[in-house]
Amino acid sequence: MAFEKILTRYQDIPNYTGTIEDYLAQGGYQALPKALREFQPAQLVEEVKKSGLRGRGGAGFPCGVKWGFIPKDPSRPKYLVCNCDESEPGTFKDRMLIEQDPHQLIEGIVISSYAIGCHLAFIYCRGEFVEGARRLERALAEAYRQGYLGENILGSGFDLDLYVHRGAGAYICGEETGLLESLEGKRGQPRVKPPFPAIAGLYRSPTVVNNVETLCNVPHIVLRGADWYASIGPPKSTGPRLFSVSGHVERPGNYELPMSVTLRELIFEHAGGIRNGRRLKAVIPGGSSAPVLTEQHLDLRMDFESLAAAGSMGGSGGVIVMDDTVCMVRVGEIVSRFYHHESCGQCTQCREGTAWLHKVLSRIERGQGRKEDLEVLLDMCDNMKGKTICVLSDAAAMPIESYLKYFRDEFEAHIRERACPFAGQGTF
Amino acid sequence: MIADSTKQRLDELVARYPEKRSALIPILHEVQAEVGYLSPEAIQWVAGYLGLSPADVMSVASFYDMLNLEPVGRHMIYVCHNLSCSLLGAERLIRHLEERLGIRVGETTPDGLITLKRMECLASCGTAPAIQVDGVYYERMTIQKLDELLAKLRDGRLGRSRT
Ligand SMILES: Cc1cc2nc3c(=O)[nH]c(=O)nc-3n(C[C@H](O)[C@H](O)[C@H](O)COP(=O)(O)O)c2cc1C
Ligand code: SF4
Ligand code: FES
Repeated sequence: MAFEKILTRYQDIPNYTGTIEDYLAQGGYQALPKALREFQPAQLVEEVKKSGLRGRGGAGFPCGVKWGFIPKDPSRPKYLVCNCDESEPGTFKDRMLIEQDPHQLIEGIVISSYAIGCHLAFIYCRGEFVEGARRLERALAEAYRQGYLGENILGSGFDLDLYVHRGAGAYICGEETGLLESLEGKRGQPRVKPPFPAIAGLYRSPTVVNNVETLCNVPHIVLRGADWYASIGPPKSTGPRLFSVSGHVERPGNYELPMSVTLRELIFEHAGGIRNGRRLKAVIPGGSSAPVLTEQHLDLRMDFESLAAAGSMGGSGGVIVMDDTVCMVRVGEIVSRFYHHESCGQCTQCREGTAWLHKVLSRIERGQGRKEDLEVLLDMCDNMKGKTICVLSDAAAMPIESYLKYFRDEFEAHIRERACPFAGQGTF
Repeated sequence: MIADSTKQRLDELVARYPEKRSALIPILHEVQAEVGYLSPEAIQWVAGYLGLSPADVMSVASFYDMLNLEPVGRHMIYVCHNLSCSLLGAERLIRHLEERLGIRVGETTPDGLITLKRMECLASCGTAPAIQVDGVYYERMTIQKLDELLAKLRDGRLGRSRT
């Protein structure tokens, strides 16, 4: 049975352009009046808790629980910031959501702001989303004109201003406190936690940071109920999820599915299997920070718990598929180059560790590795984890450890043969 | 150095935020689009406009990959070299661009037309390999499509869009 699309149902409507007229015609902006009329803010928080909605930005934190941390004290301003920094390699769903159906996100933000008592919200868009930001701006203007934003929204007495804020190219601004620093006009360097943003976030006031996809779920929960939502997928990973599938598959793209889908179904049924009839070698299931999986994991369910139990993570939902022409040392070189470039440099372990990982992996790939390099790599990874201001350092170390765990013989072959055994194969 | 119409837009930007400084990065985008790059004079101007020190503005600007503190070409090409694009030939595209343009990554053609940069994942992995020219995506790139694009840039068929 085909899964009923929820967040991407617009895809099945011919000539859908994402204007407010299109959105209204598919039943948009019906959840907002319902939320404003039928729910007290605290009831909405409860409803979202009950739905089981977990954050789609990376950590999978329960959304309603996060909202519940916001102090009720009405004297302090509260902020909601939508994280549209989408920079985790392998992830391309938020860009689609804002470009194709921006009003779904806007409706989600207005309802969520009402739930936490916020009157000023921002969508932090990565700087490269020039077109995405433009479409959001256009949609915001439409929403203001028709009374879904601004003062006294739909006659409810609730006010909200919402703006798009463009970043300027820095992965670390996806980390929520790096994002808040950036939104305050500073370098995007993550803050020491606690205090968490719910207590001291934007301008040191209580702030909720939620991913684009997370917030897009909210109108559907309001409209169709928490019980309906919780009935989709496994009990601890409820609701639909967008999986961004890329790499060596026949049909790369975003697939909206319940998290009960297996890795095998996702790759071989939905994404059409491995290109050119080749064989699957490795798959990264949740953005480049996620440890790698192999053929033996194909029957895993793509929910947060199952992926964690297998030593990886659901992360951002970016599924990168690699066939048997791929050199895992080269993968390690590319992935470590990325974290080295993006480390903000505040913590020694991260700054030095990411530089070393990249340096050692490059030299192994070039056939200049030394026997002791693999132990050096593992020691370095160990030293990078659990000790830093944010988890970028862990995110840089975990994938490399996993490549060594499953493909150690390939690393050893590079060192022994003083060359990359895959040289000249594929496009890599 | 900044047109009145731009300044009006900047005033509107500042008005959005409880704290003025929040407008810094959006303002740097605007000023960069107008001046071409964030020259020392541009940094000075932004600092004066927001009441910050030039060193402070400089320190923020230098943190972000899209803000250029050195002169750049009329067109900016970003080529994604992250994993999904590399799996589908990004390095070949980069080598081809370097040959065709006669420059290395990070450089600008001597006629000042094009600057070439490597970028991290552009959130276009499902249509890899991906590049951006002046903020516009070009996806599922091939050598042939690159050549067509370069021809358009050279004969001015692609104007410079504001990013
Ligand atoms: C290095 C790093 C990069 C991150 N990048 C993103 C990102 O691009 N988009 C995102 O939504 N969350 C990102 N996150 C997660 C955010 O810190 C935060 O957990 C998330 O925005 C919360 O929203 P959610 O609960 O709705 O998922 C990143 C985290 C880290 C440590
Ligand atoms: S772990 Fe790395 S990215 Fe995170 S704050 Fe420390 S240095 Fe910066
Ligand atoms: S890896 Fe190139 S766009 Fe994501």
